[in-house]
Amino acid sequence: MEILNALALLSNYVFVPAIAYGSQLALGALGVTLVFGILRFSNFAHGDTMAFGTMVTILFTWWFQSMGINLGPLPTALLALPFGIAFCALFVLASDRLVYRFYRAKRADPVIYLIASVGVMFVTNGIVRFIIGPDDQNFADGERFIIKAREFKKMTGLSEGISIKVSQGITVVTMIIVVTALFWFLNKTRSGKSMRAYSDNEDLALLSGINPDRVVAITWIIAAALATIAGTLYGLDKSYKPFTYFQLLLPIFASAIVGGLGNPLGAIAGGFVIAFSEIMVTYAYKKFAAYMVPGDWKPDGLMQLLSTDYKFAVSFIILLLVLLVRPNGIFRGTGT
Amino acid sequence: MSALRNVGYFLIMATLIVLVGQFQSWNLALSILNLCLISAIMSLGVNMQWGYAGLFNVGVMGFAAMGGLAAMLISVPPVREAWSAGGIGVLMGVVALILTIVAAVATYRKLQAKRFGMIAVVLVCVVGYFIMRSLFDPATALIEKVNPASTGYLGGFGLPIIIAWPIGGIFAGAAAWVVGKITLGLRADYLAIATLGISEIIVAMLKNEDWMTRGVKNVVGLPRPVPYEIDLQNTQWFIDLATRLEMDPVTFSSIFVKLCYAALFTVVLLLVLYLSEKALRSPWGRMMRAIRDNEVSANAMGKDIKARHLQVFVLGSVVVGIAGAMLTTLDGQLTPASYQPLRFTFLIWVMVIVGGSGNNWGAVLGGFVIWFFWIEAEPLGTWLMEVLTSQMDAGSELKAHLMNSAQHMRLATMGLILLVTLRFSPRGLLPEKTGRAV
Amino acid sequence: MSYLTAAGMTGGYGSVDILHDCNISVERGEIAVIVGPNGAGKSTAMKAVFGMLNIHTGSVVLDGEDITALSPQDRVAKGMAFVPQNNNVFPSMSVEQNLEMGAFLRRDDINSTMEEVFSLFPILKEKRKQNAGELSGGQRQQVAVGRALMTKPKLLMLDEPTAGVSPIVMDELFDLIIDIARTGLSILMVEQNARQALNIADKGYVLVQGRNRFTDTGQALMNDPEVRKSFLGG
Repeated sequence: MEILNALALLSNYVFVPAIAYGSQLALGALGVTLVFGILRFSNFAHGDTMAFGTMVTILFTWWFQSMGINLGPLPTALLALPFGIAFCALFVLASDRLVYRFYRAKRADPVIYLIASVGVMFVTNGIVRFIIGPDDQNFADGERFIIKAREFKKMTGLSEGISIKVSQGITVVTMIIVVTALFWFLNKTRSGKSMRAYSDNEDLALLSGINPDRVVAITWIIAAALATIAGTLYGLDKSYKPFTYFQLLLPIFASAIVGGLGNPLGAIAGGFVIAFSEIMVTYAYKKFAAYMVPGDWKPDGLMQLLSTDYKFAVSFIILLLVLLVRPNGIFRGTGT
Repeated sequence: MSALRNVGYFLIMATLIVLVGQFQSWNLALSILNLCLISAIMSLGVNMQWGYAGLFNVGVMGFAAMGGLAAMLISVPPVREAWSAGGIGVLMGVVALILTIVAAVATYRKLQAKRFGMIAVVLVCVVGYFIMRSLFDPATALIEKVNPASTGYLGGFGLPIIIAWPIGGIFAGAAAWVVGKITLGLRADYLAIATLGISEIIVAMLKNEDWMTRGVKNVVGLPRPVPYEIDLQNTQWFIDLATRLEMDPVTFSSIFVKLCYAALFTVVLLLVLYLSEKALRSPWGRMMRAIRDNEVSANAMGKDIKARHLQVFVLGSVVVGIAGAMLTTLDGQLTPASYQPLRFTFLIWVMVIVGGSGNNWGAVLGGFVIWFFWIEAEPLGTWLMEVLTSQMDAGSELKAHLMNSAQHMRLATMGLILLVTLRFSPRGLLPEKTGRAV
Repeated sequence: MSYLTAAGMTGGYGSVDILHDCNISVERGEIAVIVGPNGAGKSTAMKAVFGMLNIHTGSVVLDGEDITALSPQDRVAKGMAFVPQNNNVFPSMSVEQNLEMGAFLRRDDINSTMEEVFSLFPILKEKRKQNAGELSGGQRQQVAVGRALMTKPKLLMLDEPTAGVSPIVMDELFDLIIDIARTGLSILMVEQNARQALNIADKGYVLVQGRNRFTDTGQALMNDPEVRKSFLGG
């Protein structure tokens, strides 16, 4: 019983949130890694692209809510998501047309792209704050829980409950659908295969008649879609604040690098590695230990490895460890 | 011709500041000037990394914050009760930390090649971490309980704050060394991301380690290197001087204080600038640029690129740290929440790119120009919005929203300036003498 | 007029000319080989023919059509195929997908072409599901040539196909090249191993410092005492 209680406790506070957070990071990292694979630079504007796409989704959500359109138990944001993706894709394509295409034609040094992406980040950030403001926005509606802790306790008779939020369920389901669709696209369709070919060997792809502009445009659209989905899911699960999305850059980059930049499968694995480490390291194990140790013993401290204020340090340390040991990531990426 | 143009740019800049003095206020003009000077030093530091060596440092904020931390630690008086409450514990914790690092490095060196070498290193780190925490936690808890409303931290050394400037440089340099040691020699992206990470962590530390920095409660009233206004207003020679200049002693005292800061900052700026120029023209500087322009051939010539990069990366960060310490000195307080990446990292980058990467004078000019516009963009933006919305209904919600959001447009404007410069004038206002293709 | 005629090509990278009035022509179904010492501009000449290098004087005519101004991609559509010396496969894609990518521009059914490639290179059929990056050097070259054949080209250009493979594999590759030529393709290749290459060549070009030095049938060049002395090591 004690052990079951301990497991329930851990599931509630570690596993469930980590799976949801890991899915969000994985989607974000997939976008970064795809852009890296095709355009060969780490897109610093990705966090703010997420913020932009989510902002559009939120605006449409509010509009739908004001018209009384909703999805019942599911959040209205799901209905607004396609619009967010569409606008975000247009925005990202415009930024490519106005900024990156020029450097591509010149075959500029990768670091120039990095700086350019910082400029794009600035502009995006300014636009987002201008439109929706720098503060927290709430746009979640519908049911809040799939399983409430109280119901779980009643069902199982345990003294620890597991609650699963609707947003967490949606996150995981969406992630699975999106990833399946993405891999189907990359492995089975002509466009997807041409993207992989371009990522593998740009010159040979050109010799084979693959149109680079098309590949790049598809990549940006997919990256925008992934960013908007990841951002909206994160916003539903936690909260929407433009600056938080900028800060997500670090765990997202860490996920992509840990998995091997340019490797989609690695990005997903990396997302979960980072999410689980972050949450496990910052979780206070006091109650868990009390369950696990027989008798009435209770530890004095919180038994927390690291305060949640330092959660970014976890991504950072894992990132450094990977760079020290396997600079190409756990799965081999294209970044050498 | 180009020399004339360069002087021209600086003259225009000086005129702009004088205009602000004439039309807004001299107090404001000098505030802008002081921050321009500090910005110029910071962008000199970033220019060493980017302009000399092509290193992309996205952690300027963190290195500036290290300088700020030094300014506070050096200048404020120690809190005796806090020291007696938890001083020994903290010191022991620091010793444990150092021992852990030494042990980890030793293990790494010894077992690097072995299969379980890395696991051993991690094990050493974990054990060391727990020992450290077990020493730190009780001590810091005690410290934070000491009169939390006004202190609750260990305080500092109570030394003159000027000493903190070089110390701040050393702090920042040490952080840079750790990051550089690991990430230099890998892709440029990795250095960029790692510096982004370390700067977030440094700022998180400043915000949360209350026993050291009081966290978000801020440390205010840092001792100054220049006289206080109130003392000046009560000093005879100062009152005489003010009467002779036909100025109100109160206004004049604050202008005088700002002038003192400006003088100090100018000395540091000139010193850094002189040394940077000297270094750039030395064989060392030529080698740095050779490496930057062609890493492959420099490598073939037997130059140890990684070591050179580490050198210049640490040096640049030292300069940023000095500027960070100066900024905190000017503010007179350490406010960890004020360290925002857009303001401290990316704005500096705009300065370097706009000024002219690789050109020290360009970096200085960029620091001046961009800071000036960063400050003046806000009233300008508000004014612009007022003009644009003048036709709208005064009570309209849209107008209120636009007026409130005007301040955010300057972020976008800065980004736009960066992008436009990078594309149409990649070598900046004052281009480097020996150009390179971007 | 020959199937391919590149006449008077002069040009290079940047401002320095590497090629000087260089002429190369290939007949239908013929194997033409460019040989010469290191730095003679052999690969450069081939790249100029394929449009990967700007020539400011001279012209390239394929099957009676002037293609001097076309980009490499457009030349692929005209029936040229090029196998680069290095990085000539998509390493993280399977052999089959590599071939598919070779036929990217084709909208018709590519299965019969793929079967033809597999009958030329039986080993590739065996390894069709394996990633190209995991194959041996010789097998990778076969994938590279196979990929180029997928567009059903009229002219196949090979840049040092035997560089870095063992002598046995080299002989196999040369045999395969003869087989390919028998199917009616014209082949233009640059070779470091001049003796073996001239052996199978219908026509040979000896380039020195970007200029044509000797041009004759492969056999005649092999027998020319001066060519033997200077370029074939006696």
